[in-house]
Amino acid sequence: MNIHGMRAIYLFELARWCRTLVQSVLSPVISTSLYFVVFGAAIGSRMTEIGGVPYGAFIVPGLIMLSVLTESVGNGSFGIYMPRYSGTIYEVLSAPLSPLEIVVGYVGAAATKSVILGLIMLATARLFVAFEIAHPLWMLAFLALTSMTFALFGFLLGVWATGWEKLQVVPILIITPLTFLGGTFYSIDMLPPVWQKVTLFNPVVYLISGFRWSFFGTADVSVAASLGMTLGFMAICLTVVWWVFRTGYRLKA
Amino acid sequence: MDPIISVRDLVKTYASGFRALKGVSLEIRAGEIFALLGPNGAGKSTLINIVCGLVTPTAGQVCAGGHDIVRDYRAARALIGLVPQEITSDAFESVWLTVRFSRGLFGRPPDDAHLERVLRELSLWDKRDDRILTLSGGMKRRVMIAKALAHEPRILFLDEPTAGVDVELRREMWAMVRRLRSSGVTIILTTHYIEEAEEMADRVGIINHGDIVLVEDKQTLMRKLGRRQLTLQLQSPLPAIPPGLADRQLELSADGLQLVYTFDTQAETTGIASLLRQIRDQGIDFRDLQTSESSLEQIFVSLVGSSR
Repeated sequence: MNIHGMRAIYLFELARWCRTLVQSVLSPVISTSLYFVVFGAAIGSRMTEIGGVPYGAFIVPGLIMLSVLTESVGNGSFGIYMPRYSGTIYEVLSAPLSPLEIVVGYVGAAATKSVILGLIMLATARLFVAFEIAHPLWMLAFLALTSMTFALFGFLLGVWATGWEKLQVVPILIITPLTFLGGTFYSIDMLPPVWQKVTLFNPVVYLISGFRWSFFGTADVSVAASLGMTLGFMAICLTVVWWVFRTGYRLKA
Repeated sequence: MDPIISVRDLVKTYASGFRALKGVSLEIRAGEIFALLGPNGAGKSTLINIVCGLVTPTAGQVCAGGHDIVRDYRAARALIGLVPQEITSDAFESVWLTVRFSRGLFGRPPDDAHLERVLRELSLWDKRDDRILTLSGGMKRRVMIAKALAHEPRILFLDEPTAGVDVELRREMWAMVRRLRSSGVTIILTTHYIEEAEEMADRVGIINHGDIVLVEDKQTLMRKLGRRQLTLQLQSPLPAIPPGLADRQLELSADGLQLVYTFDTQAETTGIASLLRQIRDQGIDFRDLQTSESSLEQIFVSLVGSSR
């Protein structure tokens, strides 16, 4: 196994992130703070509790997931798209690295950033609203698993994209709507019965529900279903990644 | 000695249906400088990219240092450094970080002393903390070479290393390539500049339309295909070639002032001495004489032309 190679990619990606630390950390923190000011304090004070949880605290897991998903996809796609765009990918492809090692390097770095970001946002949220985390280890597990899965999805997006627009469009057209409609700001049993059924096709529902369960011990769908869906989505992404490297899709002629 | 790279019946058909390589076989000897010549689209880069793992071969086999490049890709690739044709860079990185990255990527533990030697050798040491985007084109090309040398490869591929490089840097690069060879590195370069092959290479391979047309020791090649000419500048014009010289391969210029003798460098005797004696006996005076040798360029043009 080429440990030095994986480490090189991983550290290289983290170094890039550190160089743009202000925009990569500060901007999500600021936008989250704004959500808390608006939804938590201004509107939240007039909302009733949801499942025994004050509204301000209720939206914390959803908001963190919203950012973690967006950032994971963004970082995962940018990490591999950038060298494809600039041409420096030749070096990675000609190195004695297995596909799995390349993926671990890029996706591992992207997921690491998302987990750190999620934790920073958690700390920020705690400044605005009081809450306790019922199952801290599960919370970390869901955070890490979601970050990895969506960084993998981002990696695929970065391999598939043939231009900057495509790289932007997928998060805007797919990830953001799915997250907003996935129960960030509401519990799905607040929806009309038909939409409760429809919303179950949204994979993000399971992520947010599982993550929220780790905070408050209550969930829209069962925790097993949440975990199963997350792992299932990860398995799909891994299969596609395997296919990409096997066929050389958009990487090798 | 076993070849350090052996290519057997290599075929590459791209998705478009274009056959870039049509069954290429080639052996590169350890420690030599091998120049791969060919016109644009001949298959030079495809061949290099297959050996380096950037292009998947359709059929055939390649071994580097005895390791199959597909089955045993880790061992094979660890031996190889590649300087691609196009300059690509992580524009926002410093020179130092980017060469450290390259070394790690190829599975080598950090060795700052080695990287310092490489950067000094390429006159990049003073620029090590500069971001790559601030460097000139020539400097960026040096960075590409430094990256390829960061993991101490035994085989170095230089894909058109001096395209668009000024004379000074070209000379420097040639000197560096020679130093690398003397340290035991095998170098394969593709080039458009025939003078580069003529100056540098131990052996020359010519590729055209996806086929290897010829592989030959450079000296042998030039001797075998080279023709020399002796040109005599005469004192006074001759109306025609004198009958006594009719059996010689002579040509008289239109103004009658130049006599050109073409001879084969491979022949036992050039026949120059006897020719000059005959000319003196004929009472022809000449004021100057030159000999010229056909260059690799002329050889190349005639070969590629005939394989078309």
